[in-house]
Amino acid sequence: MPFPRASGIGRKLVLLGLGVALLALLSGCANVPHSTVMPKTDAARKIQDLYVLVFWLAAFVFVGTQGGLLYVLWRYRARPGHELPEQTHGNTTLEIGWTIAPAVILVFMAVPTIQTIFALESAPPPSPDGNPPLVIEVIGKQWWWEFKYPESRLASGQPLTTANELVIPTGRTVYLSISSDNVIHSFWVQQLTGKIDAMPNHETRLWFTAEEPGQYFGQCAEYCGIQHAQMRMNVIAMTPTDYQAWVARSTKPAEAVTDIAKEGQEAFGTNGCAGCHAIEGNPTAVGKTGPDLSHFGSRTTLAAGILQNTPENLAAWIENPQTIKPGNIMQNLHVRPRDVEALVAYLHSLK
Amino acid sequence: MAVTLPRPAPAAPVQAAPEYGALPAYRGIVSWLTTIDHKRIGILYGSTAFIFFLLGGIEALMIRMQLATPNGTFVSPDAYNQLFTMHGTTMIFLFVMPMSVAFFNYIVPLQIGAPDVAFPRLNAFSYWTFLFGGIFINLSYFVDGMPDGGWFGYAPLSSIQYSPSHRLDFWMLGLQILGVASLAGAFNFMVTIINLRAPGMSLMRMPIFTWNTLITSFLLVFAFPAITVALLLLMFDRMFGTNFYYAPNGGDPLLWQHLFWIFGHPEVYILILPAMGMVSEILPVFSRKPLFGYPFVVYATVAIGFIGFGVWSHHMFTTGLGPIANSFFAASTMLIAVPTGVKIFNWMGTMWGGSIRFTTPMLYAIGFVSMFTIGGLSGVMHAVVPIDMHHQDSYFVVAHFHYVLFGGAFFGLMGGLSFWWPKVTGTMLDEKLGKIAFWFTFTGFNLTFGPMHFLGVDGMPRRVYTYGINQGWTGWFGLNWLGWNFVITIGAITIMIGTLIFMYTAFKALRGPKDAPNDPWDAATLEWSLPSPPPVYNFAVAPVVRSRDAYWAWKRRPQAVEAGDTEATLTVAGHTVGHVEFEEEQPSEEYFAQERNAYHINPSSMHMPNPSFFPIIAAFGLTLMGAGMIFGYALTVAGFLYLIVAIGGWALESTG
Repeated sequence: MPFPRASGIGRKLVLLGLGVALLALLSGCANVPHSTVMPKTDAARKIQDLYVLVFWLAAFVFVGTQGGLLYVLWRYRARPGHELPEQTHGNTTLEIGWTIAPAVILVFMAVPTIQTIFALESAPPPSPDGNPPLVIEVIGKQWWWEFKYPESRLASGQPLTTANELVIPTGRTVYLSISSDNVIHSFWVQQLTGKIDAMPNHETRLWFTAEEPGQYFGQCAEYCGIQHAQMRMNVIAMTPTDYQAWVARSTKPAEAVTDIAKEGQEAFGTNGCAGCHAIEGNPTAVGKTGPDLSHFGSRTTLAAGILQNTPENLAAWIENPQTIKPGNIMQNLHVRPRDVEALVAYLHSLK
Repeated sequence: MAVTLPRPAPAAPVQAAPEYGALPAYRGIVSWLTTIDHKRIGILYGSTAFIFFLLGGIEALMIRMQLATPNGTFVSPDAYNQLFTMHGTTMIFLFVMPMSVAFFNYIVPLQIGAPDVAFPRLNAFSYWTFLFGGIFINLSYFVDGMPDGGWFGYAPLSSIQYSPSHRLDFWMLGLQILGVASLAGAFNFMVTIINLRAPGMSLMRMPIFTWNTLITSFLLVFAFPAITVALLLLMFDRMFGTNFYYAPNGGDPLLWQHLFWIFGHPEVYILILPAMGMVSEILPVFSRKPLFGYPFVVYATVAIGFIGFGVWSHHMFTTGLGPIANSFFAASTMLIAVPTGVKIFNWMGTMWGGSIRFTTPMLYAIGFVSMFTIGGLSGVMHAVVPIDMHHQDSYFVVAHFHYVLFGGAFFGLMGGLSFWWPKVTGTMLDEKLGKIAFWFTFTGFNLTFGPMHFLGVDGMPRRVYTYGINQGWTGWFGLNWLGWNFVITIGAITIMIGTLIFMYTAFKALRGPKDAPNDPWDAATLEWSLPSPPPVYNFAVAPVVRSRDAYWAWKRRPQAVEAGDTEATLTVAGHTVGHVEFEEEQPSEEYFAQERNAYHINPSSMHMPNPSFFPIIAAFGLTLMGAGMIFGYALTVAGFLYLIVAIGGWALESTG
């Protein structure tokens, strides 16, 4: 039959391509904010250590089996004048051998797997700074994230509440208590640790200790409806001092000072924004459907991490949220241009 | 080395008589609507499944057009969610499963030397129920839009509170209808394989594809009740206000996930085992050797079937089941890699020492072994729970299961299709075009799904209709639009080209001469002893089986051997290739008498069962009941009464 040589070469080319791609994978992590192999916490490092082990075991088996297959295909290709090959039916020793060999490799995988499962899931390790873990409640919404800090209370006694931007200290274990009051979401900030689902009627937990200040990016990982793709978030890790300053700032209401900001505060009520959004210090803004906007001006992104929080983007969002994030729950409120301008000024003044 | 062969039968070859002129006319559209011939039903299953494959493929291409570049605007978010839901639903329930059933139908009765399946009318009912169920799901497009809850339909997103339109009603009712088709078919093949094997075909002499069919049927019978319960509870939630899954009223969304995956994981093996069976038939034929370690391959298949029911929670590693459950399911999932590995090694053992002919079916079979191994490796990585906490619902998983279902099931099915094509159609596929189609498909496949591993490691979640330029999944050489996602789309187009070339090849063959020989590949199983295509009654005389690979052994029987001999020299085309020992005792005198009588049977007097309208009538009743759940319960009641009448007529009808 024709083609045996070409097929062998074709397969080698494919293998070469895979090798090149692997190199690209190993060297191309530099500018990948969602990378799962750039751990920045203790928990993520535990996963990474396991990943490296499993990767090399899998690579070993990959090369062995694919190499073996290529060898067999080349060595035993049909050649002219071939007689009927020897009709072997099997070999019990071989069968026992290749039953045991994978089992042994799997034991090397299973033991560290189970060790890491218990390390990650049974109880949080003591926080390096000696404090109890910082508990933060994470609530998945359609299609944004709400974060509550029971440890930090506002004047009203309510816990400090933010949305889509999770601020955490470095050096202290963060304990996330994760749930949802609607459909299932999944909290996944790749560089901090693996994902865990946010479910109604169930509390799931994650804990990790951020090593260095920085901004980490995450995204909902469980399909949760029409805007699942644009349900992103940021995690901002600060030094303990900066974190304390942030808490102090965020537990106090921000006030509108300029005229246009005051006009915006007015417009926030008259345009119906206040029905869905809460702003600490604005007595009419007590809505619970949408994200809490108390210190919106200090956030870096808007609309669940999809846009930079610039005046232009915010104005575009207010003008028609449905063009930016079709199907999201915030309707086009047909806000007058003057009110848009005032609202942008007001919201950006809330720092 | 001596070859052990069964004792040769001294009578003429086991083969259908060539003349079959006096059979009743069997043509025209009505003959197809009323057919109960397993071969015709197999062709119906296969062509319907292929049409659904094209539909699912178009959906996949639209998905890839949307994702080729960041912030794509090819389709709306709503349309995208419908597309990926229907791509998954279509490919699993309307392509891979029925395409496998097409081969069960056409090939299994021939392989076991049976005249038909055990329940021919039930078989027709399965097909029509599948067809109507598949059309029913897709009809949602013309009502409220296509289902958009994902093929996995997670509660509570699938609850009426979050998905108020009828889209998911079509999905859940359609799946229930398809479940009836699958269950009826599974019971049919279990009874057929257990009861209708040719004399002498013990279980351990059964062709390996038949074994895979039997085990797949058991999996279907045990797995489908779980999803039926899940879908019934969902139907009660959505239509009658119960709260099995709706959390605010105390329901539990995890209940859905457990029920769904208790079905869903065995379903994975329902999809892959038939393809494994095909590959296990193809590799020996084109290596010119018997399947290496046949009993071990059988045991491995049984083991996969058993363990497959004990791993479902590995789809739920991120739901917080706790370290003990996660450790158990990690271990059981790793365990299933052992029998899977045994199969892969036995396939390599089959080729080892063989004389490998690189025909189109063989290329697909080799592609299966290679690509499925990659999918298996990434599958084992997912058993490692902490790694799965990253890979779950990322593109790494998408890569993994496409290596299993495309590189595995699809390559297996394409191999089977090219392998049995001459038997089914009586025509030969163009080998050159077939190979070109294979290489396009193979290259496109790796270009499409290989890079998805990297995107997954780079943190790209699945089921997203868009992604930003700043998320690290694009922007090669400073070009915002260029990245792995663009490469993947090119890969998808390459697959499309491969499919089009295959379709052209098939079309060309069907228009060509019907000159396929009985046994074009020098194969081993009984179906190749029949004409291509086989006569309607299959075997004029039930073949008597004295070994595994019965037809292979028969073809190589030394003609000169006497009935009492215990050994002989084996020659092929004039060359001495070995020394033969016979393993069986001499058949009795009565057996020879029976066989002599049998060969004097006149095929024109073969008694065939009557065609029947009742299967299609009854199947439509079931669909009416489903439609009534959406359009008014009166229709459900009417459909139910109609179904009762149809079943009554069916029961009282003369079977001929």
